[in-house]
Amino acid sequence: MIQADLNIIMPEIILSLFAIGALLGAVYTSKDKMGPMLVWATAGVFLALALWIGVNGQGTNPAFGGMFVDDAFSRFAKVAILLSSAAVLVMSQEYMQRKGLLRFEYPVLVALSVVGMMVMVSAGDLMTLYMGLELQSLALYVVASLRRDSARSTEAGLKYFVLGALSSGLLLYGASLTYGFAGTTLFSGIIQTATEGHTSIGLLFGLVFIIAGLAFKVSAVPFHMWTPDVYEGSPTPVTAFFATAPKIAAMALFARVLHDAFGSAVSDWSQIIALLSVVSMFLGAFAAIGQTNIKRLMAFSSIAHMGYALMGLAAGTVLGVQAMLVYMAIYVTMNIGTFAFILSMQKDGQAVTDIGSLNQYAKREPGKALAMLILLFSMAGVPPMVGFFGKFYVLRAAYDAGLAWLAIAGVIASVIGAYYYLRIVFYMYFGEVPDETLDKSHSPVLWGFLMASAAIMVLGLVNLFGIEGAAAAAAATLVN
Amino acid sequence: MIGLEHYLTVAATLFVIGIFGLFVNRKNVIILLMSIELMLLAVNINLVAFSSFLGDLVGQVFTLFVLTVAAAEAAIGLAILVCFFRTRGTIAVEDVNVMKG
Repeated sequence: MIQADLNIIMPEIILSLFAIGALLGAVYTSKDKMGPMLVWATAGVFLALALWIGVNGQGTNPAFGGMFVDDAFSRFAKVAILLSSAAVLVMSQEYMQRKGLLRFEYPVLVALSVVGMMVMVSAGDLMTLYMGLELQSLALYVVASLRRDSARSTEAGLKYFVLGALSSGLLLYGASLTYGFAGTTLFSGIIQTATEGHTSIGLLFGLVFIIAGLAFKVSAVPFHMWTPDVYEGSPTPVTAFFATAPKIAAMALFARVLHDAFGSAVSDWSQIIALLSVVSMFLGAFAAIGQTNIKRLMAFSSIAHMGYALMGLAAGTVLGVQAMLVYMAIYVTMNIGTFAFILSMQKDGQAVTDIGSLNQYAKREPGKALAMLILLFSMAGVPPMVGFFGKFYVLRAAYDAGLAWLAIAGVIASVIGAYYYLRIVFYMYFGEVPDETLDKSHSPVLWGFLMASAAIMVLGLVNLFGIEGAAAAAAATLVN
Repeated sequence: MIGLEHYLTVAATLFVIGIFGLFVNRKNVIILLMSIELMLLAVNINLVAFSSFLGDLVGQVFTLFVLTVAAAEAAIGLAILVCFFRTRGTIAVEDVNVMKG
């Protein structure tokens, strides 16, 4: 019995043991000299686990009396989390080394936060949810303030910590109310008490608090205020990490709580999610217009993208969850490419984040400018890039679920949002001649990620690399 | 007779005080940490009250988990605060303003 349970959570156990072993090994041997080696080793373990989970996983396997669930949905999210974390780790190695930031704690903390994310997406119980969420958040607070001697980085860590702790508090208060009024913390038990039209007021309060706590984690408006500051203050590779894996995990957890625990009361939460979605899309689109720092711009862009992903959830249907998963996969791929570009922006060895420095970039490095153009068009949702199909999916899901107003709002917001993406393209191709130019970067790793991501955005329009089928299977196991 | 609703009222009051402590306080980051702790303890009262009312032990197990995580959270919060103090020389909330968010 216990052996079967342990087999189901074996990937998480292996990753935790790896993180603990790496920490002890590095402390007792060469400390920071092991940093680069550990980064590669961690990325390798991520890849191996992703392969294992993706190829080996079958069926729906609950463990520990349903507290932990391994199903197609969690496997989809886990593979996406592991692959994107591995990509970000490999990308960050050179930048971190140049800045003297490649301490051995960095890959260990990333590994631990990935364990947290994997537990989150497999949660079948409020306790598992909370423990996974906290393991992920605690590791991320530390990673955000990794540059200990920088006022910005420590401030980013402090802000992230205080607001993150507040959101955990809200989520926990909601969990306690849900437990009290449902009489159980198991999702399978809650779903029986929370049925359409018969949801008690206490349970509704619990649901609202849980949604508020999770909205913080996905940085949906009005719980987004930490995002721009944390994105700007953290070291760039850490920002790239924040923009990818934790977002998938939080969004998948959102879907799991709403469908697994409150799936029989869709009308109770659908309106709240629709509201979060519409304000996120519009705030993300408007607030990004005035930004001159590309990291802050990416923060607002991610807020807007989360709005679109939430639109899929608001639909409350199988198609909606499928659209959300496809959207998140595309979003993460685009972000990895864009951050590979941002990481390569530097002048005299110093990282540059000012958008103005990109003036006339296309004259100097036409290849990279073209890749960036494809990525930015894709983020704006211009057909025929893959980003357009992501948006199209969520809009169709919302429309089919009778939320036509939400779909229309989404189209309007995406037109507004296109402005600031296209502004960067304008700078790169038609900008004024700049006083000083960016260095040519010689990093083959970053170049490779940028080109691969851009190529996916173009080639993916054939069949989205078959991701639709996997997402459909994942959504079907979640929504009943 | 003290019933469930009394416990819930106390917990809700403490929780609201905690949230107010986070938003109203302009002086000291340590007070923010205390407010966070207060919120988590309010949740614990809720959980234990429900647990005893329902005759179900799960709530108390949950409380133990929350206590453990709260301790880890306070440790990490203080560690970040020490780093912040080293670079800025202050822990006043008003001075957490290098970036305007």
